[in-house]
Amino acid sequence: MRHIPVEPPAFFHRGPSPLARLAFFGLISLSLLFLDTRYRYLENIRSIVAVALYPLQRVAQMPGEAIAYVGTYFVTQRELTLENEVLKRRLVEQGSSVQGLTSTNNENARLKALLDMRPRYGGAATVVEVLYTGRDPFAQKVFINKGTDADLNAGDAVIDAQGVVGQVTRVMPFMAEVTLVTDKDHAVPVKVERSGVRSVLFGAGAGRLPELRFMSPNADIRQDDILVTSGIDGTYPPGLAVARVATLERETGQMFARITTQPLAGVDRSEFLLVLRRASALPARPDEPAETDAAKKTGKSRRRGG
Amino acid sequence: MAMPFLMPLSRATPDEILLPARPWFIVLTLVLALFANLLPLSGTALALRPDFLALVLLYWCIQEPRFVGVGVAWCVGLVMDVGDGTVFGQHALAYAFLAYAAEYFRRRVLRFPPWQQAAQVAVLLLLCAALVLLIRFVGGANMPRWSYAVPPLVGALLWPLVSAVLQWPQHPQRSSSDR
Repeated sequence: MRHIPVEPPAFFHRGPSPLARLAFFGLISLSLLFLDTRYRYLENIRSIVAVALYPLQRVAQMPGEAIAYVGTYFVTQRELTLENEVLKRRLVEQGSSVQGLTSTNNENARLKALLDMRPRYGGAATVVEVLYTGRDPFAQKVFINKGTDADLNAGDAVIDAQGVVGQVTRVMPFMAEVTLVTDKDHAVPVKVERSGVRSVLFGAGAGRLPELRFMSPNADIRQDDILVTSGIDGTYPPGLAVARVATLERETGQMFARITTQPLAGVDRSEFLLVLRRASALPARPDEPAETDAAKKTGKSRRRGG
Repeated sequence: MAMPFLMPLSRATPDEILLPARPWFIVLTLVLALFANLLPLSGTALALRPDFLALVLLYWCIQEPRFVGVGVAWCVGLVMDVGDGTVFGQHALAYAFLAYAAEYFRRRVLRFPPWQQAAQVAVLLLLCAALVLLIRFVGGANMPRWSYAVPPLVGALLWPLVSAVLQWPQHPQRSSSDR
């Protein structure tokens, strides 16, 4: 008896089944997700694709820019006069505080030299424009119009006229990603301007106010206190305004006070931002003492053994 | 029907068989959808904006499974991950899942009138959103607000329009002798 071929004709061939393909690509995606969140290995690929995508992104911004450009023709004289007045008033107000600044700065520099302290922040700054807000609903990010072309680096602080906005977290050739202080994974070391109490400001995600965690109920902090960066992380230069204490709950039964804060900067409204280049004013981190190293190793091997 | 102005565009009449889509048209629509996704929106517009790329991919997975399948959807998803600055593989996984679901869906979904198709598409898009939510949850994200479910629903509402527009060039040209 002749064997009848069971192979279907060629035009029925469609490669592996959809389920097999889904399993294949799903596994690749999962490993990509893992590599990206854990190790950030894929930044090179990301920047290559980003360059390829850049023209399309640029074109996508044009309609909005065109509308804004046309919109400038329809500003009334009255609005402009009002704005001008407000700006002039602000200039005068701030002028008084700036006038004494040069001499104070000089004095400060001399005193610091006398005490052999390191100079305060002296790095360069770059004005950037916000291209668009991030589309990821799980993160608070904006994208700005300068990147490696303006020599920005991940970790540079970003501020606006009122205070800290966030920090640069990813730099691409013509743009950079800024994680805002309201992002859930973002923390800023701060101190209370009035009392000098140090703490860390944690973002809480979209629509929620950042909070100060792990502050004891009797900490010297009041409603409407201004929080400024303490500068101990080396990312944010010290003395930048960050937030104002909005609510304060001290319950005696709780271990920590519940403190929420209102960011001072127009975190998600400002159009123009200032990127502060990190000045390497901090000394290098000292080496870990040898015995803790050894202890770590034994700890690791024990964990591995067990 | 609810939207009579769509009628001349949508749905092949029973005596009419759609022409195969031209590859350049598929690529063009995918690029345009990517473009629509990259528009710099903010505020309410951003909260309402559906994922156009997912819609167009879904349409082509249903209509032209030989050109657009799981692999293409995955690659397009990677590009979208870079465009949105999200975790690498998030959109890719979601779109691959969408393409896979479309494969099982496509034989019956086209038999329904557009609004019933839209209801089924809504379920698919919501499942996709839930998959993304799960991925981000494992990554340590907060629970988003209820507005997270709005873009998939808006996308489903747009489905009749999107499918009508994408179908348009495939309607066969009637020669004058037929009439």
